Amino acid sequence: MSEDVLIEARDLSVHYPLRGKSLFGPTPVVRAVENINLDVGKGNFFGLVGESGSGKTTLGKALLKAAPITRGTVGYNDGEEQFDLTNLTPIELKNYRKRAQLIFQDPYAALSPRMTVRDIIAEPLEVMGLTSSREETDERVREIAAKCRLNLEHLRRFPHAFSGGQRQRISIARALVSQPQFVVADESVAALDVSIQADVLNLLKEIQQEMGLTFLFISHDLSVVAHICDHVAVMYLGRLVETAPTRELFANPRHPYTKALLSAIPSLDPDDRGKAQKLEGEIPSPTNQPSGCKFHTRCPFVTDQCRKEEPILQHSSNGHEVACHRWEELITP
Amino acid sequence: MTRLLDVENLTLQFDTDEGRITAVDNVSFSLEAGEVMGLVGESGSGKSVTAKSVMKLNPSNAIYGEQTKITLHLDSGPVDIMSLKTSNDLQVVRGGAISMIFQEPMASFAPAISIGNQMVEQLQIHSDMNIKQATELSIEMLDRVGISDAGTRFKQYAFELSGGMRQRAMIAMALSTKPKLLIADEPTTALDVTIQAQVIDLMKDLVTDFGMGIIFITHDLGVIAQTADKVAVMYLGRLVEQGSVRDVIRQPAHPYTKGLIAALPQLDDLDTPLTPIPGDIPSPLERPPGCVFNTRCSAIVGDVCTSAIPKFLNVTDEHQVACHLYDEGASK
Repeated sequence: MSEDVLIEARDLSVHYPLRGKSLFGPTPVVRAVENINLDVGKGNFFGLVGESGSGKTTLGKALLKAAPITRGTVGYNDGEEQFDLTNLTPIELKNYRKRAQLIFQDPYAALSPRMTVRDIIAEPLEVMGLTSSREETDERVREIAAKCRLNLEHLRRFPHAFSGGQRQRISIARALVSQPQFVVADESVAALDVSIQADVLNLLKEIQQEMGLTFLFISHDLSVVAHICDHVAVMYLGRLVETAPTRELFANPRHPYTKALLSAIPSLDPDDRGKAQKLEGEIPSPTNQPSGCKFHTRCPFVTDQCRKEEPILQHSSNGHEVACHRWEELITP
Repeated sequence: MTRLLDVENLTLQFDTDEGRITAVDNVSFSLEAGEVMGLVGESGSGKSVTAKSVMKLNPSNAIYGEQTKITLHLDSGPVDIMSLKTSNDLQVVRGGAISMIFQEPMASFAPAISIGNQMVEQLQIHSDMNIKQATELSIEMLDRVGISDAGTRFKQYAFELSGGMRQRAMIAMALSTKPKLLIADEPTTALDVTIQAQVIDLMKDLVTDFGMGIIFITHDLGVIAQTADKVAVMYLGRLVEQGSVRDVIRQPAHPYTKGLIAALPQLDDLDTPLTPIPGDIPSPLERPPGCVFNTRCSAIVGDVCTSAIPKFLNVTDEHQVACHLYDEGASK
């Protein structure tokens, strides 16, 4: 594993068995995540985008060892500690939990209504046994609360007294209080209004830079990802179809799916109507996946090869990795 | 153009355990036939209840203001919505002259009745078709909104359809009674972008074909820019700005509209940092006096902002704003 890589996934697959075994043959499975190769660099703000059902949340969970890893390996190395996620002892798992944390989507569901904000933020410290006295706990809570722009008076209150944006800042404080190295933020701004969303995004970026964290930012909103992430990976039906540095990806998308996804974002220019490259149909069901390239059922550039052979993610130019048989022909000069 | 809808001085309050909440405060707008009006605002701004008032679809604790006047202009003559009291009276407009599409299509279809039976049922209520005619029309509508194999889908249940397909079926159902006015409440918010683009396209085609008016409620300014002819921006129950879509998006006048656009991440400009609007929307129980936006505004003119409710002023003939910044007569 190279020095500046924090998380390295190789051939990572997550399959969930379907309920109700078939009488003959193997149990049917949902291939939620299939053969993912992914490096998340240290200190990176890494974006993971895709539509619903693309497996982005499952991948995030697998990297946190919160989803069963069916095949492949995931390595973690922050310079001080190393973990092989496919092979963790219970004690190692506990240690990994201190290093890797999750921020949830819905700030209304993620906070216990019966605990004060102080207790909510302090809970991880107490559970993980990271502090030895109440004073130390309070000190750590106050410190992280200040970073997340919550004042002392807020700490005494209960979550119901807070707005969506404030609650999301409480969730962030709770995730960061154990001083993790790796944070997965799953649709963390999706439930917020635009005017508040910008505030939470700025806060996440600030904290990430200040504390030198590595973020995996999962989102369906490409404009948000474009603004906050350094590197982006695009998923479709459990596969990575393209990864690239953010600016490169948005300026020169290579995969036909990435192109379609970008052009489907409604433009703020009223005179720019109807120029979008429209994608027909919908994402296929993960239980009944098409053969060959998973995108071939909707791809405007499909060939016979695409229907038969699944493309693998390969290095292309300018830092892109793309899984498409025809990416070279499709580059628009 | 012919006038389709006039909403004058719409005020709507709710009696709740915590007190009386003003959800909509003196809102007026109008809509022409064949026109798409975008109603924008954040959660809690009152955009949904405003639209629902047009067919008196608010819960029973809703209290309409005395000055409120809503007139729907039909071929048979104007209908005064506020004078309709019983649900029998209201059935003429609900689902008949006015149809509504909701955000979550899964929650809007009855799960235990097939899509087809639901479509036929409403056609029988609102027209004098027999079952055979209603079935034919429903299948035709499903086909029209781009659902392949409409005959089979007609017999299926909501859970058998994907999200995008359900929303199409919802649109087909809403349009099959040939409404004059369609209220679309966040119709694409629950959909993925590629599906959203398909649904937006579909709705644009249908407006052209059917010539109805649409009130399109959304929090997404991008969707508005792609669909609407004119825009009304709401904040905390009040209309703060309205005008043609080009004027409002390109030259926003109200500090709130400006703030919304500055907070919106845009793909063609990755260098400008996002500027949030400071603070949060106040609770409707604690509406600030004067201009409702004064607690978060970065362009406060003076005491007038906290004492007087700003009047609507013309920026241009087709663009109005309610802000003291543009009121030269106001004491500053």
